[in-house]
Amino acid sequence: MSLALRPSFPDYESVSKHNNFNPYSDNGGSVVAIAGDDFVVVGADTRLSAGFSIYTREQSKLFPLSANTVLGCSGCWCDTLTLTRILKSRMQMYQQEHNKTMSTTACAQMLSIILYYKRFFPYYISNMLVGLDDEGKGCVYSYDPVGHCERRTFRASGSAGALLQPLLDNQIGKKNMLNAKEEPVSKEAALSILKDVFISAAERDIYTGDSILINIITKDGTTEETFQLRRD
Amino acid sequence: MSILAYNGGAMVAMKGENCVSIAADRRFGIQAQTLATNFEKIFEMGPHLYVGLPGLATDTQTVMEKLRFRKNLYELKENRPMAPKVFSAMLSHMLYEKRFGPFFVEPVVAGLEPKTYEPFICNMDLIGCINQPKDFVVGGTASAQLYGMCEALWEPNLGPDELFETTSQALINAFDRDAISGWGATVYIIEKDKITIKNLKTRMD
Repeated sequence: MSLALRPSFPDYESVSKHNNFNPYSDNGGSVVAIAGDDFVVVGADTRLSAGFSIYTREQSKLFPLSANTVLGCSGCWCDTLTLTRILKSRMQMYQQEHNKTMSTTACAQMLSIILYYKRFFPYYISNMLVGLDDEGKGCVYSYDPVGHCERRTFRASGSAGALLQPLLDNQIGKKNMLNAKEEPVSKEAALSILKDVFISAAERDIYTGDSILINIITKDGTTEETFQLRRD
Repeated sequence: MSILAYNGGAMVAMKGENCVSIAADRRFGIQAQTLATNFEKIFEMGPHLYVGLPGLATDTQTVMEKLRFRKNLYELKENRPMAPKVFSAMLSHMLYEKRFGPFFVEPVVAGLEPKTYEPFICNMDLIGCINQPKDFVVGGTASAQLYGMCEALWEPNLGPDELFETTSQALINAFDRDAISGWGATVYIIEKDKITIKNLKTRMD
């Protein structure tokens, strides 16, 4: 009997059929960071979603690693939970071994190594590590899922990264502006640009919205701020 | 990779106070390789009517020729210019006729209505679904970047000069973050009794 005409008895099939398990999911979210001379601001939206459903409207995606270092994560939420748990314990191990807190630059290097360690089964996260460097200057490190790391002064990542980055290039990087002065951005200006770009992103990206949680890091420590976005 | 992203390109149109703008990049390439930096994808279809056809370059030109043919027949028969609204409906029908073997273009129409000179903009997908918002429309491979730029820069009742600046800044900053669009730009500002065409110098990398 030819294969096409053979009757089907699913209960008596000898080869088991199984649905492929997909270990990754995209839970959305956007992170924006802007560094200045003596401060850094980082903002992340608080919507956690999958497909067309919203899991929660108030999930922080910012993780303080030390007094002057914060990590912002977007992408696969289960990987974010695992990665931040590992980072927290590594921070504690460093503290107890060396009797000092890990610097932001050291954190940045460690994160790159931890990510590359899982090169062939990566943490599916867009990471953004911000803080103050050894000279007290604001710094932003952005990563790809396998640990490529780059230091910049401003960066947008996550589901609305493509919408936000050109706006930051223009407003902070002063790109395509004639006679624009190259001066470092002030804290107040950085905060207002940060809020503006998130308002724009929430209009067009369904994975960004509800509200933003902002961390402002200076030499005096970290302060928090929230800002409402559209909730639809 | 989608066939809509084979040649690359970015397009935007905006409404202003008694004026509209339409702008596009000038690159023609095959995937990552740039072949020309003087490629036009915005076409004059009447005294106050322009159409932009980002997408697959061969279809850009085919659709433009089909549109010009159909618009000329209409104007000979009716002895009056074609209104942007009529033109868009015609284009939409033309695209939907090819519902299961489409032309790979995402058209943008910009113009002023005859007599009233009311600003008109619209865009549609490759099978002719019309979207007619009050502010701006985008198309091409840098559309995500353009949405972010336009959403922040656009405001109501822009005059022709402000509209030119807004459109240009939105387009240039958007395509600087897209690897397959850029290499120069053309901006059209359409007013009641003046059309301004400007070729912009941009970064060429």
